[in-house]
Amino acid sequence: MGTRNALIRHVLGIGELNLSQVETILKTARVFKEILSRPVKKVPTLRGRLAVNLFFEPSTRTRTSFEVAGKMLSADVINFSGSSSSLTKGETLMDTAKNLEAMHPDVVVVRSHAAGVPWMLARNLGCAVVNAGDGLHEHPSQALLDALTLQDAFGSAGEPGSLRGKRIVIVGDITHSRVAGSNLRLLPMLGAKVRVVGPPTMIPLGMRQAFPGIEVSHQLDGAFEDADAVMMLRIQKERIAEPLFPTDREYSRLFGLGLARAERLKKDAVVLHPGPINRGVELDPRVADGPASVILDQVENGVAVRMALLYLTAGHDNDPERLGAES
Amino acid sequence: MAKRTVIANGRVVDPAQGLDEVRSVVLEGEVVKDLLKRPPSKADTLVDARGMLVTPGFIDLHVHLREPGHEYKEDVASGAMAAVAGGFTTIVSMPNTDPVNDSPTVTELILDRARRARLCRVLPAGAVTVGLKGEALAEMGLLAQAGCVIFTDDGKPVMSASVMRRALEYAKGLGLAVMVHEEDLTLSKGGAMHEGEHSTTLGLKGIPSAAEDVMVVRDIALLETTGGHLHVAHLSTEGAARAVRAAKKRKLKVTCEVTPHHFSLTDEAVASYDTSTKMAPPLRASADRKALLKALRDGTVDAIATDHAPHSAVEKDLEYPAAANGVVGLETAAALTLKLVLEGELPLLRAIELLTSGPAGVLGLETGTLLPGRPADLTIVDLDEAWDVDPKRFYSKSRNTPFAGWRLQGRVKSTWVAGRKVYQDRGGAA
Repeated sequence: MGTRNALIRHVLGIGELNLSQVETILKTARVFKEILSRPVKKVPTLRGRLAVNLFFEPSTRTRTSFEVAGKMLSADVINFSGSSSSLTKGETLMDTAKNLEAMHPDVVVVRSHAAGVPWMLARNLGCAVVNAGDGLHEHPSQALLDALTLQDAFGSAGEPGSLRGKRIVIVGDITHSRVAGSNLRLLPMLGAKVRVVGPPTMIPLGMRQAFPGIEVSHQLDGAFEDADAVMMLRIQKERIAEPLFPTDREYSRLFGLGLARAERLKKDAVVLHPGPINRGVELDPRVADGPASVILDQVENGVAVRMALLYLTAGHDNDPERLGAES
Repeated sequence: MAKRTVIANGRVVDPAQGLDEVRSVVLEGEVVKDLLKRPPSKADTLVDARGMLVTPGFIDLHVHLREPGHEYKEDVASGAMAAVAGGFTTIVSMPNTDPVNDSPTVTELILDRARRARLCRVLPAGAVTVGLKGEALAEMGLLAQAGCVIFTDDGKPVMSASVMRRALEYAKGLGLAVMVHEEDLTLSKGGAMHEGEHSTTLGLKGIPSAAEDVMVVRDIALLETTGGHLHVAHLSTEGAARAVRAAKKRKLKVTCEVTPHHFSLTDEAVASYDTSTKMAPPLRASADRKALLKALRDGTVDAIATDHAPHSAVEKDLEYPAAANGVVGLETAAALTLKLVLEGELPLLRAIELLTSGPAGVLGLETGTLLPGRPADLTIVDLDEAWDVDPKRFYSKSRNTPFAGWRLQGRVKSTWVAGRKVYQDRGGAA
């Protein structure tokens, strides 16, 4: 493993990581996944380290996942929720950053409604920064857990498979999805062929220039049947201010993965969803809970990936090579 | 007899006269007396301008002085100081003060502060509508009597087409222009930067070019109905430039200005989430920038204006979408304009026209030229002097510039208003 160029100071976005770093993260996550399957899951790796979950935007799943990850590694984890806009309190982001700094955390996990906040914090804090979702931009830990899940799905007999040459179709609101933002960077890096599907209102204007290797389709039929994996995105009604589609009924008919469509998937194809699901809109409950679904694997892999991220950033004096022995 | 100052042997560039020659400018009292081939023997003050560029004083149609109301960002005196340090002898102050300049009392206060500063000429712009709300017309007639030279709701568009129609008609009766910030708010809502490749990469909500284009096209259509004079502020898109060019061909009285940041930068500059790149209209795509350069060359653009918008760290040290729009520009505008000349994008005469007779023409001012008899406002520039942009050295109270650390060429050495030197560059620590 190229440990030298795989050193990871922050995890801000997939766009900031190279392939060797991604491989290190996924490999480390596999070790932690094995630990999670033991009866005693807790390891002392980050004992005495402080991890702060700084969430400017409500999120139960991601925050809990990072919290569990920190606790499994014996780190002290505190949750710090900022208001949705720090401006409303008359406190600037930099004030918040300086206050955090005074608590001497080893790693700050940040979620913000504003793109770029993890970068601004990384410039202003002495500790490691991990992006847990910024604006419409990136959600790197989600893309990494998706990649881990896909490696599992494409492998055989417990061996991880490669994403190289695999066809992955991402369906839904690409414009407003930071999950897509990170996956559009990560999946091609791992050799996958990626196609996005959605109405033009949900595909950004700058798509072709920003992501030249990605195929774009505006119709689900004819665009998902050759997929090795279909990733359904959540319709984020709470964030959509303009009409991007007429009705839920029309959306689910045109862009939803119902039973009939699921039957047309390739035999071993898998279905992913970052959750929470709008059941019956983007995904039929019978498909979400059906044999092709790897949605719960995603949740489990989320903890393992986040353990890896905390370990590699907050425990940067640890040697990943010795991890197995240590546990 | 009035005091006689001779600015000797400089390269005098006066686009209004088509002049680019070594001349000696004779100032008598507050006016230009003569442009001589050789310096006269008698002078009360002799300034050696050999090797320097001597031009009419620069005119900036678009400056925010923040007084009254936000003096922690800028005030009339500090803004006027930044102006003269940038070579500007006349600036038009925007009405988005607190209170808004929608009443003669505020206009008088600004003019009073400018008189006390004794630096450059400050020409207030009055609001089009009360409180910049886009609803009721401000007392434009009384504002004009108090000294306002143009009307604008500044950073806000007049979203109602019928209010805009009446504003154009009413201003026409006063012989003044309406300056417009063209932004369809329903299209730009929530946007933090130009919509395109880079907003997609950065995950910031975009503002499409169409937000500007549709309003420019609308207002040109209204102008065809009303007559009068429409001035498009900080034009930033290819589509808007095309619309203005076509309207000018049809002999409509449409003028426009372009800012140094829009012709110097593209939306690529937002990459680091540096909030000093956040402005309205946003930095546009590279095709837009190219279109602006063409429009600057071919006469579509009348003036380079800074949209000098001082903000403190309180408004800028924030998440990108939450940060205030705007950049300071008075102290970098001339060198950024001259950069276009050095890069071969613009002939020198045309560049100086855009800073002098161009903006003077928009407002019908008698300044902006060194014709004998005209006010003795002039700027002396060392074209060869390179300098590094260091915001800490700005005379402006604010430091929000995306050009920090840039090496620019062309330095304002001294600035003269009504025959009096109001700024002298001391080199080094400005």
